[in-house]
Amino acid sequence: MGAGFRRDGGGRVNRTQPLPFTFNGRRLMGFAGDTLASALLANGVHLVSRSFKYHRPRGILSAGAEEPCALVQLEEGARTEPNLRATQIELYAGLSARGVNAWPSVAFDLGAVNNRLSKLFAAGFYYKTFMWPPSFWRTLYEPIIRRMAGLGHAPKLPDPDLYDRMNARCDLLVVGGGPAGLAAAQAAARSGARVILADEQAEFGGGLLGASRTIAGEPGAAWVAEVIDELAAAEEVRLLPRATVFGYYDHNQLAALERRTDHLGPGAAPGQARHRIWHIDAAQVVLATGAHERPLVFADNDRPGIMLAGAARTYIERYAAVPGRRAVVFTNNDTAYETALALADAGAEVAAVIDLRTQADGPFAERVAERGIPVHHRSAIVATVGGQRVAGVEVRALDGAGEIAGGGAQSIACDLVAVSGGWSPAVHLFSQSRGRLRYDGTNACFVPGVSIQAERSVGAAQGRFSLADALADGAQAGVAAARAAGLNAVDMAPAPTDAPPAGGIEAYWLVPGKRPLGHGPAKHFIDMQDDVTAADIRLAVREGFQSVEHVKRYTTVGMGTDQGKVSNLNALAILADALGRPIPEVGTTTFRAPYTPVTFGALAGRDGGELMDPARLTAIHVWHETHGAVFENVGQWKRPYWYPRAGEDKQAAVNRECRAVRECVGLLDASTLGKIDIRGPDAGEFLDRIYTNSFSTLPMGKVRYGLMCHDDGMIFDDGTTARLGEDHFLMTTTSGNAASVLDWLEEWLQTEWPELKVYCSSVTEQWATLALAGPRSRDVLAALAPDVDLDDAAFPFMTTREWVVAGMSARIARISFAGGLGFELNVPWDRGLALWRAVMAAGEPYGITPYGTEAMHVLRAESGFIIVGQETDGTVTPFDLGMDWIVSKKEPDFIGKRAYSRPDTARTDRKQLVGLLTEKPLEVLPEGAQLVDQPHHPKPMPMIGHVTSSYYSENLGRSIAFALVMGGRERLGETIYAPLKTKQVKAVITRPMFLETGKAGGHG
Amino acid sequence: MTKFSIVSLVRNALSHHEGWSAQWRSPEPKPAYDVVIVGAGGHGLATAYYLAKHHGVTNVAVLEKGWLGGGNTGRNTTIIRSNYLWEESAAIYEHSLKLWEGLSQELNYNVMLSQRGVLNLCHNTHDIQEGVRRVNANRLNGIDAEWLVPAQVKAFCPILNISPGARYPVEGATLQRRGGVARHDAVAWGFARGADARGVDIIQNCEVTGIDVEAGRVIGVRTTRGAIRAKQVAIVAAGHNSVVAQMAGLRLPIESHPLQALVSEPLKPVMPTVVMSNAVHVYVSQSDKGELVIGAGVDSFNSYGQRGGLHVIEDQMGAIIELFPIFSRLRMMRSWGGIVDVCPDASPIVAKTPVGGLYINGGWGTGGFKATPGSGWVFAHTIANDAPHPLNAAFTLERFSSGALIDEHGAAAVAH
Amino acid sequence: MLKIPCPWCGLRPETEFRNGGEAHIARPANPFAVTDAEWADYLFMRTNPKGWHRERWNHAQGCRRWFNAVRHTVSHEIAATYPMDAAQPPLPEHDGEG
Repeated sequence: MGAGFRRDGGGRVNRTQPLPFTFNGRRLMGFAGDTLASALLANGVHLVSRSFKYHRPRGILSAGAEEPCALVQLEEGARTEPNLRATQIELYAGLSARGVNAWPSVAFDLGAVNNRLSKLFAAGFYYKTFMWPPSFWRTLYEPIIRRMAGLGHAPKLPDPDLYDRMNARCDLLVVGGGPAGLAAAQAAARSGARVILADEQAEFGGGLLGASRTIAGEPGAAWVAEVIDELAAAEEVRLLPRATVFGYYDHNQLAALERRTDHLGPGAAPGQARHRIWHIDAAQVVLATGAHERPLVFADNDRPGIMLAGAARTYIERYAAVPGRRAVVFTNNDTAYETALALADAGAEVAAVIDLRTQADGPFAERVAERGIPVHHRSAIVATVGGQRVAGVEVRALDGAGEIAGGGAQSIACDLVAVSGGWSPAVHLFSQSRGRLRYDGTNACFVPGVSIQAERSVGAAQGRFSLADALADGAQAGVAAARAAGLNAVDMAPAPTDAPPAGGIEAYWLVPGKRPLGHGPAKHFIDMQDDVTAADIRLAVREGFQSVEHVKRYTTVGMGTDQGKVSNLNALAILADALGRPIPEVGTTTFRAPYTPVTFGALAGRDGGELMDPARLTAIHVWHETHGAVFENVGQWKRPYWYPRAGEDKQAAVNRECRAVRECVGLLDASTLGKIDIRGPDAGEFLDRIYTNSFSTLPMGKVRYGLMCHDDGMIFDDGTTARLGEDHFLMTTTSGNAASVLDWLEEWLQTEWPELKVYCSSVTEQWATLALAGPRSRDVLAALAPDVDLDDAAFPFMTTREWVVAGMSARIARISFAGGLGFELNVPWDRGLALWRAVMAAGEPYGITPYGTEAMHVLRAESGFIIVGQETDGTVTPFDLGMDWIVSKKEPDFIGKRAYSRPDTARTDRKQLVGLLTEKPLEVLPEGAQLVDQPHHPKPMPMIGHVTSSYYSENLGRSIAFALVMGGRERLGETIYAPLKTKQVKAVITRPMFLETGKAGGHG
Repeated sequence: MTKFSIVSLVRNALSHHEGWSAQWRSPEPKPAYDVVIVGAGGHGLATAYYLAKHHGVTNVAVLEKGWLGGGNTGRNTTIIRSNYLWEESAAIYEHSLKLWEGLSQELNYNVMLSQRGVLNLCHNTHDIQEGVRRVNANRLNGIDAEWLVPAQVKAFCPILNISPGARYPVEGATLQRRGGVARHDAVAWGFARGADARGVDIIQNCEVTGIDVEAGRVIGVRTTRGAIRAKQVAIVAAGHNSVVAQMAGLRLPIESHPLQALVSEPLKPVMPTVVMSNAVHVYVSQSDKGELVIGAGVDSFNSYGQRGGLHVIEDQMGAIIELFPIFSRLRMMRSWGGIVDVCPDASPIVAKTPVGGLYINGGWGTGGFKATPGSGWVFAHTIANDAPHPLNAAFTLERFSSGALIDEHGAAAVAH
Repeated sequence: MLKIPCPWCGLRPETEFRNGGEAHIARPANPFAVTDAEWADYLFMRTNPKGWHRERWNHAQGCRRWFNAVRHTVSHEIAATYPMDAAQPPLPEHDGEG
C-alpha cells in the first residue's frame, strides 16, 4: 500500500488528475474517477454523518445506490443539496460536502445524547407519551421532535439550474449496463432493434468494473469496452450513462433520471440542462439491475468501518482505495472470501474470516485457506468495539442450534469489518411492473416470479449470481426481446468466462449477541439510517403489529432515503422468525417508484414560469401594454383589468372608465369571448336542446341570449348566439368556458345525438372582438362606416350585419353587455389591432375611453346582467336567477329541464338573485360576505345567502351588490345584515337591477 | 389495556420493552355479531370505537380484507381542517376537528396532531371571491378562518413565492390556524386499540365476499373466513365502497380514482404550515419526520390499482416549484397511490340505505382523513339509533334524487 | 400514463385524451316519464366495477372523436376500443390481472 490508503496501481481512477476537495471542513485529495466515498476511504476517512434517531456515527456501508448511511450535504448556497449518498457522488475539483444530521460537527454532535436515551426511544415510543399535559404537546414536545427530525437542509435560494423532459420509444430498453445488460443489448442490437441501454453509473460495466474477471479471454473491463464500442456504433442504439431508470409504469412505460452535469461541479455547464427525465415507451424491457448485498444483523453492527464485503472489494479493485489496514471478514456465504483475498492482495492484513457456516466451499475459500488467512467456522461476531470507527470485534463459536457455544471469546483488533449476509436481487422495477415475486430459499432472497408486463429479468436481478449465468441470460433475453418486438434476431452465443460459479449461502438472519436481544447497550441494527433494531421488530410483533406493512410503519424500517434496499429482507426474516412463520408467508412490502430519489426540478422540467401554462394574448394586447393596462388572468387569457392614468388608483380609474361608457363612449377588448361556429341542417334543433330557450325560431340576422345548463339543471354557461344563415349559427361563450362548451357540444353530438347533422368549430381566435359602448358609440361607428344606416329602425337591438368598417370587412352586432347603446365589432384576428386603432382614432373627438374588465363588471351589474361563475357556482338554476323568461315552456325537453321538477330544485324558497343596497351608500360590501337575518344570533349563525358581486357605482354615486338570498324575491324592501370581521353591514333587498339601460344582451 | 405514559415507557424500558402487551387482539370471527363493520380503516375503527364507547354496542366485528389502516388511512397526506363552505359540511368537519383536538388524550395514543395552520391560496379574482365567501361562512359557523393578503401570506409562510410576476401570482389566501396534519397510522391504531379494549373484534385478512339480504333486510355477510350473521352491517370500505355495496344490490353515485402522493427525503424544518392551492393543484406540508408530504392530482380514469401516471406528478411538481422555488433540488423519495371514492358533489354519503340494517359511509373523495373521528362518531350514532345524527342528516343517498346536493368542489381543494 | 388506441389515430398517450366515464348510459328518451330516482340513476349512479369497465374517451388533443373502450380498472389493460355506434365487443375472458 502506498501513502494513505490508496493503492499504487490498479483501479480505474486517473492518478494524473488529482482533485482537491473539502469534507467536514478537512481539505483532502482524490482522483478523477473517484466517488466521494472512495476518495474519503483513500484518505482513511470512515466517519461521514450521523444516524436519524440516535445520532450514532455513520460510515460508508456500500458502494452504490443502496447506501443508507453515508449521507452528505453537498455544497452551499443556491446549489446545495441535502442527503446525497457519498457513494454516488462523482468527485470533481473543489467539491465541498459535510455529513448530515450533526451539530456542531459530525465528530462532536450534541444530538448524540439521544443515544444515551435510546432505551426509551424504542420503536413507536412517541405514540405512547408526550400527551400530558395536553398543552405541552404544541408548546414543547412537538417543537423539540420537529427540530430533531430531518437529515439535511433544503436550499434557501431558488435553483439556478435547468431541467428537461425527453420522450423516447424503443424496441428494447435494457436497464443496467453490467454483464447481463450488456449482453442483452448486444444481442438485440445485432438484430437492428432500437435499443436503449441505461445505467445509473458514469461507466458501463457494473460489477465487472470492480472485479477481476476474464471474459472471452480478456479482462472483463476490456470486454465491456468492446461491447460498448459495438453498441455506440450501432445506429439504432442509444446509450444512457448516468441515467437511473426509477419507475416502471403501466403499458410498459418507464422513466429515467439522467444526470448530465453534476459530475462537473456546480454551475460548470451553464445553459445545459442539469437533469433530464426520460419517458421511455418500450416494446420490451430487460431488467439487468443486479443485486444488493445485505449486511448481517449482529450486535453493534453499525460502527463506521463496518462495510459490506462486496463494497470493500469494489473500493479496492475499482477505486484502488483500501478501506482498512487490518480487516475482519464476517459472512454467511462464499462471496466474502473473494473480498478477503482482495484485501490481502491490496496489502491489508486479514485478521480473520468469521463464517457463520460450518464450512465454506468454492475456489475463493480454498485460496483463502492457501493464503493462511485464519478462518473461524461456525463462529460469529458477538460484539464490536470502537467509537467513531470500529476498533475490534469479539468472536465466539456457535453451537449446532446457532446459539453461542461454550468456550472463550476471542477479541480481534481491526479497523475494518467486511460483512456479507447474502445478496438480494434488485427486483424493484420488476415489482413496480406488478410482477409477482417468489422466495428462493436456496439463495435466501426474493426473485422475480410471474411477469405481468413485457419484461425479462436476467442475471443477478433474477437471482442467478454467476458471471456465466449473467452472460448467458443476457444473450438469450436480448434475442428473445428483439423477436418479441418483431425483429428477426439471430441466436447469440454467450461470451465465455472463467469466473467461478456462484457460491453457497446459509441464511442466518440474526446473530446472537452477548446478552439477550434488547438487553444491555448493544444494538442489532437492521435499518442503519432510521436506527431500527432487531429488538424493535420483536417489540412491534409483541404489540400486535404482525403484517409486514404494520411493522414497517411502526418501526419505520425501510422508510429512509434508501427505502430499505439493504434492510428489507433482514427485517422481513426477523419478523417471520418472531411470528414463527416462513418468510414467503409473511410476504414482502410493495416496491414503489422511484427506485432512487428523483429531483423535483427534473420532474417539473421546464414547466415553470411562463411555461407553466401558456398565456393567451389577444391581437390587441400590445396596445393595452403600451397604454399601461393592468392585466387580469381570466383562464389562460390576459385581459386588461383597467387602464390607470397618472395618479389614479384602481377605483379612480374604474370610476372614470364607467362614467365614460355611460356618458359618452368606451371601448373594450372582448376578443377572449369564446366563439363557436355551428353549421348544419339540424343546427337549430341542436341549439334548442342545448340552451334553455329556443333558437330554431331565431330569424336570420338576429341575436339571442341563451343559458346553458347541465342535466342536473344547474347553469353552466351563457352567451349570445347569432343566426347567420338557415343552417349557420355563431355562438359566443364566456371567456373561461370556451373550451368546455365546445367539448360539451361535441359530446352530445357524438355520443347522444349522432343523428343530428351539426358541425361545430372553435373560431375564438379567428375573430377579434371589440365592444363599443355608450351613448356616442353610434357616432363613432358611423364615422367608420359612413354608408351604413345605423338607426334603430334599420339596425335594431339584437341584430347582426356584415359591413365594411374602417375599410375592413366586419361583423357588427347591436348588443351590449354594459347595457344601453352598444355595438360588438368582429374582424379577422389579424385585423383586430388595426380596427382598435381606427375606432380609437374615430372616437377621439368624443373622448373615447378604453375600459377594462373591472369597469365591464360594474357596468353590467348596474344593468342587471349576471356573470356565470360569479352569480352562479354550479348550484344555481335559471329560476334562482329570476330568469324564468329564458326557460322555454314550449320545448318538450332540453338539457336540464327534467331536473327542475325534483323536490329540492322545485322549492320556492331557494336562494334567489336579488340586489342589495347598503344602508350607507358609500359602503361597498365585500364579495363573498355572508348574509343573515339575526346578526346577534350566537354561532353557528343561520345564513340566508351571500354577496355574489359588489361594486361602487360611480354612475349611481353609491354601492351596488348582487346576492343570492333564500326566498329573496319575496323579500324586496327588507333589511338584512352582513356580519363582517369587525362590523355589521346593513342592507336592503332590491331587484337585481340598478339602472334602466335596456334589455339583456351578451357579455364582455 | 396498558395505559401509555412516560411512566409506563420508563418502566418498560427498564424491562427491555418485553412487558408490553398487544395493542389489539387477533380474534377468530364469531358466527354472529350485532354489528359487522366492513373495513378496518380509520373511519370503520372509529365507528366501532364510538359504538362501544358511546352507545354500549360492543358485540361488533370490524372485518378487514388486508391489514387494519392499510387503505386510504395509510395513504393520504394527513391534512386536517374544517373550513368547508356549506353549513352541513362545516358542521361535520368542525365536529371532527374538535374531536381531533382531544384525540390523543381520548385514545391514550399520541396521534401527533400538528396544528400548524392550513393556507388555501388564491390565484385569481374567482379564487378570491370563493375564498372570502368561505372565510365569512366559516366565521359565522364558529370556525376559525382568516383572509390573508399576499404580504400576510408571505409572513406566515416565508418560503412561498408571492412574486406578482409569477404566471399565477398568489393574490391572497384563507388561513385556518387550527388546521394542520396528524400521524395517519396512529389514528387507525389508536382507534383499533380503544375499540379492541372495549370488546370489539377486529378481524384482519378477512375479505367480505357477499352480503346476505332477506326480505329487504340484511342478515349477515359472507367472508373468506366463513359466513357471519349480523343484525346490522355497515359499509366503510373507502376505495371499494361500490364493490361492497354491489353485493347488496346497491348502486352508488361513486367513481373510484387513483390519487397520488409523494414524500421528499427527510429535511430539517423548512415548511412552517400546510399550503394548498386549488388553482394550481398543490398541497404540501412537512411531517414530524421531516419529509415534505405532497399531494398530486387525481388521475382522470376509474381505477382500483393504487397507482397513477407520472405525468400527474410532473404537472403538480411544476406548480410546486412555482410556489416554492427553493424546493427544486429536493428529491422525491417515495410515491404511492390511494383510491378515492368520489361523489358528484364532492361530499360524502353517511347514511342508511334502502336495505334494512345496511348503512354506508363513503364517497369522502380526497377529504376523508380529516373527517375520521367525526365520521365514526356520527356513523356510530346512525347505526345505534337506526337514524342519522343531525350532523350527518344531509349526507344521504336520497339527495341525488331530490337535488339537495352539497357542492363542496371549491373547498375540496383537489379537483374531483 | 396509459397508451390508448384511438380507433382513428392509433396508439396515443393518455395526455391526448379526456376520460368520459362509464359508457352506454343512455339519456332517458322521455325524461318526464321517469321518476326522480331513475333520473338520479342516469345522472349520478355508476357501476364503478373492479375489473373490466366499458368507458368513454375523447381524443381531445387529436381527432376530437369520442369512442368507447374496455379497460380493466386494476391492471389498466385496454382490451378493446370501438366507435360509439359499434356493437359492444364481449368482455375478455381473462381476469385482466395479467
